[in-house]
Amino acid sequence: MARAAIRGRLSWTLGDVVELIDETPRVRSILLDLPDWPGHRAGQHVDVRLTAEDGYQAQRSYSIASAPEDDRLAITVEALPDGEVSSYLVGELRVGDKLELRGPIGGYFVWDADRTDPLLLVAGGSGVVPLMSMIRHRRASGATVAAKLLFSSRTWEDVIYREELERLASASDGLTVVQTLTRMQPEGWTGYARRVDAAMLSEVGWPTSAMPASFVCGPTPFVEAVASALVLLGHAASTIKTERFGPTGG
Amino acid sequence: MDDGALRVDGNALAGELSEVFSQEMTVARVACGGCGAVEQLGADHAYIQAPGMVLRCCHCDNVLLVMVRAGEQLRVSLAGSRWIDL
Repeated sequence: MARAAIRGRLSWTLGDVVELIDETPRVRSILLDLPDWPGHRAGQHVDVRLTAEDGYQAQRSYSIASAPEDDRLAITVEALPDGEVSSYLVGELRVGDKLELRGPIGGYFVWDADRTDPLLLVAGGSGVVPLMSMIRHRRASGATVAAKLLFSSRTWEDVIYREELERLASASDGLTVVQTLTRMQPEGWTGYARRVDAAMLSEVGWPTSAMPASFVCGPTPFVEAVASALVLLGHAASTIKTERFGPTGG
Repeated sequence: MDDGALRVDGNALAGELSEVFSQEMTVARVACGGCGAVEQLGADHAYIQAPGMVLRCCHCDNVLLVMVRAGEQLRVSLAGSRWIDL
């Protein structure tokens, strides 16, 4: 996919919902057919707008989960308590419905597979979504650049894309996936069982001499703790890109 | 709640900015009118839960940009930015 060239102002468009995938009890992927989609870069997002019968509108941003190479655009949405948009998207949207959105949006938090610096991806909860687009892009493009995903979830059941990540990591093509479960761990769990900290990043991540590119996404407190720890470990702030979801994530 | 937890990245303004600018703005460089620091807009801090959207310098917290929508009218203030590279 060519890099998005300078183009005109974005406008709203309607997509057809063609498939819904329940990723966890609270998280759902929405696959869309968009007739005039210009293509996207891994890490970009879309704005979704819902309009009620009385004209009331609500709008939220959602990261794109699919690779630029995929036929259909996927977003993955976590239902938030009292989330007026997310609860509709996760609970009520059906295959065959139309969804209004604009995008692709953002050029800052993006990764292209022709980059050669090693990749460190650090996700908290649904912060994994744009990073999954990067992982899928890496695979679809045949890139061999070494990549590590450090993924923090509350419990094993909350791990989004769990089976796909296991499958991708077992391919031995240079992708390493490390999970930490902060709230509850399955019996016999031997992985990390605490929040991401500097010691964990030091064990899992790259040495500063490898000059990695780091992408961190999740709730604001998570992102800021991870970014600070990476700087503490000696990584240049300019090599660490962050995407904060705000207090609740999603 | 601590206000800091509401902080997101300049990236979150990209959709609204795309209604104003034809260029992708989160990679545009912005010079802070307060401390002079130059960052890509996506690296600065954004607050989007206020009635408007506010972009603040990630170094000194100076307000760089404010966007307020009232009906069909969108008002954009860049008073806190020294310059923006387009």
